Amino acid sequence: MLAYILRRAAQSVLVLLVVGLIAFSMFRFIGDPIDNMLGQEAQQEDIDRLRTELGLDAPLLVQYVRFLSSAVQGDFGVSYGQGRPVADILAERAPATLELALVSGTLAISFGIVFGVFTAIRRNGFAAQAIMSLSLIGVSLPTFLIGILLIYVFSVELGWLPSFGRGETVELGWWTTGFATRSGLLALILPSITLGLYQMTLIMRLVRSEMLEVLRQDYIRFARARGLRTRTVYFRHALVNTLVPVTTVIGLQLGSIIAFGIVTETVFQWPGLGLLFVNAIQFVDIPVMAAYLMLISVMFVLINLFVDVLYFFIDPRLRVDRSEASA
Amino acid sequence: MGHDLANPVLSLRDLTVEIKTRRGLLKPVDGVSFDIAPGEILGIVGESGAGKSMTGNAVIGLLDPPARIAGGEVRLAGQRIDTLSSEEMRRLRGKQIGMIFQDPLTSLNPLLRIGDQLTETIRTHLDLGANAARERAIAALDEVGIPAAEERINSYPHEFSGGMRQRAVIALTLCAEPSLVIADEPTTALDVSVQAQIIALLKRLCRQRGVAVMLITHDIGVIAEAADRIAVMYAGRMAEIGDVAEVLRRPRHPYADGLLSSTPAASAGQARLRQIPGAMPRLTALPEGCAFAARCERAQDRCRQGAAPRLEADNGRTACWFPIQHGEVEA
Repeated sequence: MLAYILRRAAQSVLVLLVVGLIAFSMFRFIGDPIDNMLGQEAQQEDIDRLRTELGLDAPLLVQYVRFLSSAVQGDFGVSYGQGRPVADILAERAPATLELALVSGTLAISFGIVFGVFTAIRRNGFAAQAIMSLSLIGVSLPTFLIGILLIYVFSVELGWLPSFGRGETVELGWWTTGFATRSGLLALILPSITLGLYQMTLIMRLVRSEMLEVLRQDYIRFARARGLRTRTVYFRHALVNTLVPVTTVIGLQLGSIIAFGIVTETVFQWPGLGLLFVNAIQFVDIPVMAAYLMLISVMFVLINLFVDVLYFFIDPRLRVDRSEASA
Repeated sequence: MGHDLANPVLSLRDLTVEIKTRRGLLKPVDGVSFDIAPGEILGIVGESGAGKSMTGNAVIGLLDPPARIAGGEVRLAGQRIDTLSSEEMRRLRGKQIGMIFQDPLTSLNPLLRIGDQLTETIRTHLDLGANAARERAIAALDEVGIPAAEERINSYPHEFSGGMRQRAVIALTLCAEPSLVIADEPTTALDVSVQAQIIALLKRLCRQRGVAVMLITHDIGVIAEAADRIAVMYAGRMAEIGDVAEVLRRPRHPYADGLLSSTPAASAGQARLRQIPGAMPRLTALPEGCAFAARCERAQDRCRQGAAPRLEADNGRTACWFPIQHGEVEA
């Protein structure tokens, strides 16, 4: 088990290095940060001086290695746009994104599993069919459109919920939370629905199809033949087996909730990492972009690792040593 | 054979199963009647699609819709059970009727320990505490010949071999002491060397407890080994039923005769295997009269017209207008 985790961790580091390099080399196509910083009237010698100062004249690989070696020490450089350490900016923005991801992830997983199980068990019922048809909307409507529709209905027409921002936040050390105030909680509702709807319908449809597959298995038939209660058959036997494959997807979806909150954060002007990243792109703020991308890949890799470890606890077949696996 | 057929455990009368399809009404089981006495093993044979498994599923109440019991009666120890509600039927399953499926590798939930699957079954049907249920589970594993049952009870299914798993399945089926066991191809998925052990185990346990067994198989060898009586099904109908030695030696229905002489084990000593020409008609295209007539050497006009012959045609032994009279069997 420990050896397995170590091996996976080593693989993860490799993945991070590669992702970082790819991201780093793509920045060259976004534009030249010097243009943005000095404007069009800049003198050539100023440009050259700044370029050398920022280390942008060095070859790509050298830049990358410099970035990595200071990143490991917790130094992500200074933002070109804001002139402050990137690490500080990220720490300031992270709570907003993480709280939003937590709420919408919880919504997506809980409703996704409940609806998935329901539509699988009552697969021919009216309610199940209705949910399935409605879920097509969640899958096919783009996130920004859902966000705008929600804002139109609940903020503009009905005036029940705020259309942008985090509301009032409370500081707990360096962490700012929106959970503690009424306006903070109200502000969370629309963005988390917008962000979680797609994931929810995806999880629901996946749970449904996996559950239908599991319900066809012999051990479910045998559980029925043993006279077990319907509830036991569905939840103790069928659902747990359904969750094995679903866990992977849920893990990856959690990653994308954090990573691709960009659209939702833009629509709702949510002061999180996604919005920061969008602004950074406009300003060709390479240190911010690089740090953000590394952060996101670390998150994905950690979630994947966590999911793999989770398998060990769900599925006993993976716990066997290789040597006796052929028994 | 000494079995008490006057008080059968299971009694089917004219059991008919229907499936509504777009192309019309199918009858995978059509007017099947038989009894099984306590402690008796009735072997049911027939080729795929003959309605063997469908009959078993109908008895235990596990027909998948749109299949449904459309007629006839199922009685368990004299009580009608085909009219019970699904919840009443659920209580009966495992407690009074057990079922063993073909593939022991897939019959057990891979994520639960063998012991947990045993105790959940025991505690569903018997009013026992956790410890008592566990002891009973260990005893059940011990009885089916799993060594070191006290430790193996904590194993997961994947830690057992195929034969061991089928033993565990048998323990699961018998742990709440049902009076009837439906074994649907219990050895088909096993190694040949293990098959005989499992059959012997099933036979011993059911004899000891007076459990009636409906042994569904297409393996005549298994039937010859284990069954007291044999029932031959063809196209959803009963073709022949009788004492196993009698039917194997002197089959009277031409289909039973053909089936036996096309089986190596049963036709040992015969010069060569015979085959039955043609194939079983599909349920969507059953002919009028006897379903076997088109493949039958003995068929006459009467076979192809009117109602299909029933077991009464030959004093409850054979559903054939012109059964083979032994003494005139071709050499």
